[in-house]
Amino acid sequence: MSSRLSIRLRSLHSKGEKAMGIFLTSGFPHPDVTNLLLDAVDQGEADFIELGMPHSDPLAEGLPIQRSSTRALKAGATMESTLDAVIQFRKQSETPLLLMGYINPIYRFGIENFCAQASSAGVDGLIIPDLPPQEAPLLREHARNHNLDMVFLVAPNTPTERMNEIDLLSSGFVYCVSITGLTGTGLEGKVEQINTYLKRANEAILQNPLLVGFGIQTREDAARLSKHTNGFIVGSAVVNKIEHLWAQGNLSLPQRCQYLTHFVRSLKLTVNPK
Amino acid sequence: MNQSARETLNYNAPDENGRFGPYGGAFVPEILIPELRAVQAAFEESWTDSEFRNEYLNLLRTYVGRPTALTFAERLSNELGRGKIFLKREDLCHTGAHKINNTIGQILLACKMGKTRIIAETGAGQHGVATATVAAKFGLQCIVYMGAEDMERQALNVARMQLLGAEVRAATSGSQTLKDATNEAIRDWVSNPTDTFYIIGSVVGPHPYPMMVRTFHSIIGEEVQDQLINIADIETPDVLVACVGGGSNAIGLFYPFINSPEVQMYGIEAAGEGLDGRHAATLTRGTVGVLHGAMSYLLQDHDGQITLAHSVSAGLDYPGVGPEHSWLKDLGRVTYLTETDESALRGVSLLSKTEGIIPALETAHAIAALEKIVANVEHDSIIVVNCSGRGDKDMQTILNHT
Repeated sequence: MSSRLSIRLRSLHSKGEKAMGIFLTSGFPHPDVTNLLLDAVDQGEADFIELGMPHSDPLAEGLPIQRSSTRALKAGATMESTLDAVIQFRKQSETPLLLMGYINPIYRFGIENFCAQASSAGVDGLIIPDLPPQEAPLLREHARNHNLDMVFLVAPNTPTERMNEIDLLSSGFVYCVSITGLTGTGLEGKVEQINTYLKRANEAILQNPLLVGFGIQTREDAARLSKHTNGFIVGSAVVNKIEHLWAQGNLSLPQRCQYLTHFVRSLKLTVNPK
Repeated sequence: MNQSARETLNYNAPDENGRFGPYGGAFVPEILIPELRAVQAAFEESWTDSEFRNEYLNLLRTYVGRPTALTFAERLSNELGRGKIFLKREDLCHTGAHKINNTIGQILLACKMGKTRIIAETGAGQHGVATATVAAKFGLQCIVYMGAEDMERQALNVARMQLLGAEVRAATSGSQTLKDATNEAIRDWVSNPTDTFYIIGSVVGPHPYPMMVRTFHSIIGEEVQDQLINIADIETPDVLVACVGGGSNAIGLFYPFINSPEVQMYGIEAAGEGLDGRHAATLTRGTVGVLHGAMSYLLQDHDGQITLAHSVSAGLDYPGVGPEHSWLKDLGRVTYLTETDESALRGVSLLSKTEGIIPALETAHAIAALEKIVANVEHDSIIVVNCSGRGDKDMQTILNHT
């Protein structure tokens, strides 16, 4: 059965368009506004959304997402509040939504229970950066049983043979980490090197679409890295934008959401870069 | 014989996936997978290579000062009234604690792999000092991550690391202690996988670290085996005692005896302000989860967020524990007890006054537990306590509490 995510990615591909995934930290800056932010991103024409489940010890994250996670947890974000936000979102949108987060809170929640609740809330897939495929059989099994896509990651130092394996174990898409580094790391001077790697990944990953993420801050970054991929994901830059908007005391809530929508739309590659 | 005792006799963990029963594994970002595999391959190749082994053992002899003494603690034994207590004197190792056994092994691997940059995390600063020391000896760049709070508690060790040429970087996130320093070190490794070797300081982290660090510390228990034969003409002690934070000194002492069911083993965790208050008693009060790349017991809340540990001893102030200890606890092979900050401070005083040895606050937890442990042993039972480190680094903390 084709998932909502696969259908969306395939349809974009057939139109020659690049998919844009937008990451938000659930509960940041406060759990009360998560749904407003999801709507703002949806209005900004994100092709799919990654909702981050905040964790106290996010190993793969740079400072922006670390800070947003700490702030979300302080403001009372929980797994329940994240799942509630998805339930609310699904009442009005069919945009594919994935949960991204670390394995410990999921393990604590109960892997089977988590998959069941995420699926019934309307989640389409999972991205767990500290769960490499060899540690994932149990989660994969339950994710499959509940029709959740399981997105695994590859990195520039991943051997081609392992890329093949990861492709076979993934569904939805394969997440290409652009650099050996953390989320939010700058890309200056690395674009050519990244494209060489993405070309290799594109040749190795045949079952799934390929999306690139980490360090993409502007539309230009997105265009430069989308040549060999089906699209891109922006995370830290969006989180930075939200932090910045919330630091400006003179803005109303609707204004903040509107600016976020504009920002997200400004990242979109409406024309397929040649 | 019950099931767990039978399994212990053929103890052979970890398996090829780095699992100690259900614990361990490698829960890390994909970027680190090729690096962990390379470290494992280098370790397995080196450890079976007699040239490497000889170089390691030669450095332990000529640089670290091994074998360390096994000291009969006569006045301490008399004071406690039962048992013959021996101290395995890891406090006499170069740099003042057992930690250097492991850093010597890992830096040799780093050199063999052609790495030029060394990173480490440290809590009390002992592992940081031991890493800075070997990095200086081998002429490699060294960066040590340390919690900002720990840098204050262990200012002397910060100065030592800097004098040794290491850069000490403050971890300012979260609790600003060992947990956060470890996060920062892992993030550094994720960002610099090709030139950097991460020297992990305890039997924690992703596979192969728990196995590798255990191997490099097993020299502790192996020497005890030889020394007991020479001193007392006995093959095995009756009781082994060691403090447990991550658990490296304990595993080093226990591991060579693990398949000798007659040897009782006690690991002593930090109860901090008491088990109902802030503590670091991960095995005693924790629940199973994933932290720093391994599945193990850990301190966490209902939502799977890691909670802050507390111990007066910076080296035990950690909300996780080595996966092998989790397995040994479940198997019933090792008994884990706890001691509070207050009783550890009494332990410092007890060992100082009876034996003329000022132990580290970490070690003092093991000393403090002896009173309970000797209550259940024969009068002439042989008890070996791992005197894992010396207390000079803790003088300020000790003074603040008296």
